[in-house]
Amino acid sequence: MIQYDRFQLSNGLRVLVHEDHSTPMAVVNVLYDVGARDEDPKKTGFAHLFEHLMFGGSVNIEDFETPLQLAGGENNAYTTNDFTNYYIQLPAENIETAFYLESDRMLSLAFSEKSLEVQRKVVCEEFKEHYINKPYGDVWFKMRELAYKQHPYRWMTIGSKLSHIEDARLEDVRQFFFKYYRPVNAILVVAGKVKTEQVRTLAEKWFGDIPSGEKYVRNLPKEPRQQEVRKLEVTADVPLDALYKSYHMASRLEQGYYVADLITEVLGGGGSSRLHQALIKEKKLFSQIECYHTGSVDEGLVVIEGKLIKGVSLEAADKAVEEELLKMQSEKISEKELTKIKNKTESAIVFEDMSVMNRANSLAIYELLGDAGMMNTELGRYQAVTAEEILSTSRQLFDPNNSNTLYYHSGQPKGGVSHAQ
Amino acid sequence: MLNRTIAPPIKDAKDFNLQLPLYRKQVLSNGVEVYLIDLGTEDALMIGWIFDAGNSHESRNGVAAAVSALLKNGTSTRSAFNINEHFEYYGAYLSRAAHHETADITLHCLNKHVSELLPVVAELISDSVFPEEEVAIYKKNGQQRLQVNLKKSDFVAGRLIESYLYGPEHPYGKYSRLEDLQNLQRDELLRFYHQHYSHGACRIIVAGKLPPTLSEELERYFGVLPLRAPVAPDPAALPVITPATQRKYDIVNDPEGVQASIRIARNFPNRHHPDFQKVQVLNNVFGGFFGSRLMTNIREDKGYTYGIHSYLLNNRQESALLITTEAGKEVCRATIEEVYKEMELLREELIDEEELAMARNFTIGSILGDLDGPFQVASRWKNLLLNGLDEHYFYEGIRIVKTITPEELQELAQRYLDPEAFFELVVV
Repeated sequence: MIQYDRFQLSNGLRVLVHEDHSTPMAVVNVLYDVGARDEDPKKTGFAHLFEHLMFGGSVNIEDFETPLQLAGGENNAYTTNDFTNYYIQLPAENIETAFYLESDRMLSLAFSEKSLEVQRKVVCEEFKEHYINKPYGDVWFKMRELAYKQHPYRWMTIGSKLSHIEDARLEDVRQFFFKYYRPVNAILVVAGKVKTEQVRTLAEKWFGDIPSGEKYVRNLPKEPRQQEVRKLEVTADVPLDALYKSYHMASRLEQGYYVADLITEVLGGGGSSRLHQALIKEKKLFSQIECYHTGSVDEGLVVIEGKLIKGVSLEAADKAVEEELLKMQSEKISEKELTKIKNKTESAIVFEDMSVMNRANSLAIYELLGDAGMMNTELGRYQAVTAEEILSTSRQLFDPNNSNTLYYHSGQPKGGVSHAQ
Repeated sequence: MLNRTIAPPIKDAKDFNLQLPLYRKQVLSNGVEVYLIDLGTEDALMIGWIFDAGNSHESRNGVAAAVSALLKNGTSTRSAFNINEHFEYYGAYLSRAAHHETADITLHCLNKHVSELLPVVAELISDSVFPEEEVAIYKKNGQQRLQVNLKKSDFVAGRLIESYLYGPEHPYGKYSRLEDLQNLQRDELLRFYHQHYSHGACRIIVAGKLPPTLSEELERYFGVLPLRAPVAPDPAALPVITPATQRKYDIVNDPEGVQASIRIARNFPNRHHPDFQKVQVLNNVFGGFFGSRLMTNIREDKGYTYGIHSYLLNNRQESALLITTEAGKEVCRATIEEVYKEMELLREELIDEEELAMARNFTIGSILGDLDGPFQVASRWKNLLLNGLDEHYFYEGIRIVKTITPEELQELAQRYLDPEAFFELVVV
């Protein structure tokens, strides 16, 4: 049971405090309710580029890193399709330094041309490192575009192309900041060796006078229900053929989310999972196969991806995957399998929650979803899932008209390189 | 009115009194030593079995790694599927990894399931059979995985730089090729297993909120096995290190590549050398964290890379100081020049007090954070024990971080940051 206190400042900033006096550390986590899904389709990758700029100096503090490191702190941030999260961990005695830094960059950035220029380059190198200079690095650009036709999940957080990042202008940065990075769109979580009253005082002192801003009301195009079989084939200079399949699943707050999560465990969770056992060990069609889901707030994707044994055709491999999916749609999973995936989920939650940083981060995300208290009811939600639900959800999920299949052929691409540039 | 330009007062690094929690030692009846770290608030634990079964003990490339990977792929009474299912049914994670000197089996589980899991771990240690079919799958899939990795410049660069530092025959410098995987034989794996696991030298590290019956269970399942305590290696018998004579390498792995993997490295003594912990402080200033000089200059000022880091390798026999980054092809040369410029600055000029304070405080803060939790404490102890060190080394390290002077750091830079001593490798 994770205990926490919650209050709100008059400017709308939501504050959650989780006391844990067994650690000498404190964590300050600031989550902003903006992600890649909120971007203009012509300016993708902006939320993530912006995250980099948050380290380039704020209105009163030229250098973010030095005061933090002097206080013995470490920090980082990440951007997803749904939100952007910043976190600092430091010795609890020095917690005020984190308030000083985070509040100033919420008040206003310095909007430095130099920082923009440098971070554009850094993000372009990040893009190259992860998505161009790696075999199969472009696959998610293609899969997202295949699976999503309307919803902004059709692009990656890094952006759909390098030119969108290269074209970012300071004026875009300013507008983005004042639209999204306001107290009313943010959640502050403080955890570790702290007291709620101390956090209340510090929050009032450092964040209390920041103008509230206007609440951002999200109004994204909804992805229409897929009603066709979608297929795409590409060829690239990679050593092995690979198969990628994706299926639209329920959104984060629906019951179907928990069921789909457990379905991915049945299929791909570890060495005794069905795909691993049937397709790597018994039929020897794949050298590697995984099943997971994108975990997004709006309707996400269940994904199956694998690399084929040399000499096996993509058609044969695909057919074997579909046979396993057919079993999910026609027979209930056994009691033993159900207990296994629930035990795995229980363990995963316990181990994840051992770190104060993870607890702070989870509280922020659940608060964003509408109720931080979900943190304590999640395991119960998973434990309540029945074999019948797994069967009926599998039937909807793995309907061929809900499927997106990508055949990634190993070979020499026609007309040059197939990189996502 | 709040003055936002003034940073709040801080507690300085020198005022933190860091304590490394101690272990309790239990000796099993076969002589195997168990180090127990009883900490934490969650009913969860970690147990690591550490064998002298790393690649220094193999006579052919890839054997240690294959044995480690296949340990849980069959015993005389259980199939690979049964074994995986058993651990997964109880929500446990059983991982294996082979390193240079040692190889470990690590179990993470909830306390309430540990009694169901220990007998099966004991079975893996005493009765793995390496079924022919599992070996064949491992060989084939391993070759496929390697083919994909060989397309990645960072993977290729990582292998090459270590072979330049230590020589291609040394356990730290050799690496698996496709034919090594192809040539693996079941008999050889079994022989290695019998010598280094079922009748091998082992230590056990346990951490978490430990259940009272655990010691007795460890004795029951592991005290009766024909294992023994490791003995310290004879320094005269260590494998010979033969660094390459050529210093600079430019390798084209993928003509279409858009980035270069840059590795700049020099040999460096192991943890027993008096300069080791001092150079760790120098390294922090140089490229050891986000506020370091390499990161500040090459990423945050020039934008040549997404990240650049320097660190000392955690090797028992001999370490190395390694700088690693991936930089755009067109800025690759400029990046290398900046690395050498930063070395020169550290040799030529004293580090100022604020920068040194930042490195000190950052290091102390990160050790404080690193010691937070039973598994983190266990991992620090594991590192000390495997290097033949104890808590005095930890406290000496803290003292060095708190007291080392700019003059000492400059002298160390002059001794160790000499470009002539470095290998330089670029893989596109």
